[in-house]
Amino acid sequence: MDKLISDLKVQIINQLNMQDVKPEDIGDDQPLFVEGLGLDSIDALELIVLLQQNYKVKLSNADDGPRVFKSVRTMADYIRAHQNQAVK
Amino acid sequence: MPAPVFIAGLGAISAIGNNVQENLSSLKKSIPGMGTMRHLPSVHQQFIPVAEVKKSNAELASLARLPSGISRTALLSMIAAREALTDTGMADVSSWKTGFISANTTGGMDRTEDFFIPFLKDNSRGHLRDVVNHECGTVTEIVADALGIKDLITTISTACSSSANAIFFGARLIRQGRLDIVVAGGADALTRFTVNGFNTLMILDGEFCKPFDERRKGLNIAEGAAYVVMVSEKVMATLSRAPYCTLSGYCNANDAYHQTASSPEGAGSFLAMKGALQKSGLQPRDIDYINLHGTGTQNNDLSEGTAIQRLFDPHYPPMSSTKSFTGHTLGASGSLEAVYSALSIRHGLIYPNLRFETPMKELPFTPVVELLEGRQVNHVMSNSFGFGGNCSSLIFSKS
Amino acid sequence: MSLAGDLYISASCITDEHFIYRDGKPVFENSTGDPEEFLLTAYKDLGLQYPKFYKMDLLSKLGWISTEILLNEVPEMTAYSPEEVGVVLSNSSSSLDTDRKYFETTKTAASPAVFVYTLPNIMIGEICIRHGFKGENAFFISKDFDPLFIWQYVSNLFNIDTLQACICGWVEVAGRQWKAALYLVEQRKTDNPVSFTADNLKTLFQTPWIN
Repeated sequence: MDKLISDLKVQIINQLNMQDVKPEDIGDDQPLFVEGLGLDSIDALELIVLLQQNYKVKLSNADDGPRVFKSVRTMADYIRAHQNQAVK
Repeated sequence: MPAPVFIAGLGAISAIGNNVQENLSSLKKSIPGMGTMRHLPSVHQQFIPVAEVKKSNAELASLARLPSGISRTALLSMIAAREALTDTGMADVSSWKTGFISANTTGGMDRTEDFFIPFLKDNSRGHLRDVVNHECGTVTEIVADALGIKDLITTISTACSSSANAIFFGARLIRQGRLDIVVAGGADALTRFTVNGFNTLMILDGEFCKPFDERRKGLNIAEGAAYVVMVSEKVMATLSRAPYCTLSGYCNANDAYHQTASSPEGAGSFLAMKGALQKSGLQPRDIDYINLHGTGTQNNDLSEGTAIQRLFDPHYPPMSSTKSFTGHTLGASGSLEAVYSALSIRHGLIYPNLRFETPMKELPFTPVVELLEGRQVNHVMSNSFGFGGNCSSLIFSKS
Repeated sequence: MSLAGDLYISASCITDEHFIYRDGKPVFENSTGDPEEFLLTAYKDLGLQYPKFYKMDLLSKLGWISTEILLNEVPEMTAYSPEEVGVVLSNSSSSLDTDRKYFETTKTAASPAVFVYTLPNIMIGEICIRHGFKGENAFFISKDFDPLFIWQYVSNLFNIDTLQACICGWVEVAGRQWKAALYLVEQRKTDNPVSFTADNLKTLFQTPWIN
């Protein structure tokens, strides 16, 4: 099991105050927005904060959001791709 | 036919002027008020343009004739409210039933955040409660006391539509005969709290805002205060100066969609504008100018534009967002734009929407880009849409 | 004085630091003294299902739960169109409780989700989103609950045909103190009618356990 993906699920639940959701309820490739988990625009902003705080990865263009936050897996891929260029 | 409510006095202080005349002059000369932060100490200073009032707290205190150390919001409020009352030419309002309805969203937050930083490090430094002027209501009371207004004092807090709501609430009280005179409007000072907060919502533009432009990127946060003095027919008869206009229509509705975003079809805005027209007995084609809420965010401008299309198509009046001049003054925006609407009627002016270049692909209309003068402006609609889905629309008419 | 025909408080929901009362009867009890726990326990115990609840601040949670209880088993609400139902609320400390919490988050990373709630009328937004109410809504700040003011304001909305139903009252959270008093006002007369008067608002506010 991909540790980054499983960590992310726990972090997402905490960051977004999803007290009635368990990590095992979130599929690796499950859509996070619109359908799936049904997250909204404010949740997207919180995920940007999560990336910054936990992984030091910056998403400065909100337009990239839909692509990066499509699923937990795409988030993990993005983190891995950008962690080497970590920004404080 | 309901009794008319006259706008007999105006007061305003914003990034484009310290009184109504200065504001009007900037509007006519297309001089906007945004720039780098000068008075607010913030880590975002270099990155986020804001529209500040060009006076330090000490200078404002002197203008307001209030002690410095009082919150900037209260100082701005005092200056504009007093200007509005003075503008009516009434030396003394004590023989009339007079009310003060004021709106703000930040209260004394500017003082609180100065206090809070050492407090967070060591909370033996005192209680938040000791920062006595923090509450929104206290700002209102300081100004009411200084103006000698006693009969009704209240504070409205409904985000960006707050001062528009204050105005039409005041009008209702006059129509019901409960008050003869109402000073209504709002004030908000820039605070790090709101700058940081809006920044986390990623709706601030790193440049000067471009309302209703296809390439708009967000709003510019601003500060300011503005008040109108509304009077009944009976009071109007005693005044020597002609009124600016009447408040002929108003309506408030909830968008019921999202805490901070507007619905794509602009449900709340549509209901508010439609309701205001119904109240005034006017048709869409009677409106000579729309002062848009037009913050410059992707979301608002599309939502508001869609609602306008639904209501006005195919007869679109000239329209513009004066937030392209003043930025978004939050709790003061409704009343600041009410002042501009009244001036539009008085002087036959339609203000330009600055920095507009590219039409929004979804909309069949564009805002005005040059100042229009010598116009017959009989009816102006002014929109104010706040977080929490609180949508208000006011209509001002030539009297 | 009302021209709209008589108005009634067709339901009330009063929440204090120990109980939630619906029409004078306790429907929930909890004495932890912690508002977060009180509200979360109420949400679970009352079997409410609304995932967005967890994201709300305390003020919105309190207002939202109170409205759920207020409107529980009031099928008459479906007869109103969205624009006919409004919300008029008030409190003393605005969103100060959340303002402070937002400020805390700025120490590490400012939280957009918390910032959203740094306005008291967002609570009204949450209520309207939940129920689809699109009628006039307002939020007032006053030192204490002002039944006369609320009665005048809301009565007027009925008189001028702006609303056909209104949820009004007081919702306040400050530290470990909280109080909510919500009243459903309609022209509909129930079996044990309570007239919409300032006195009745006040009585229910102060002694909710009396029917």
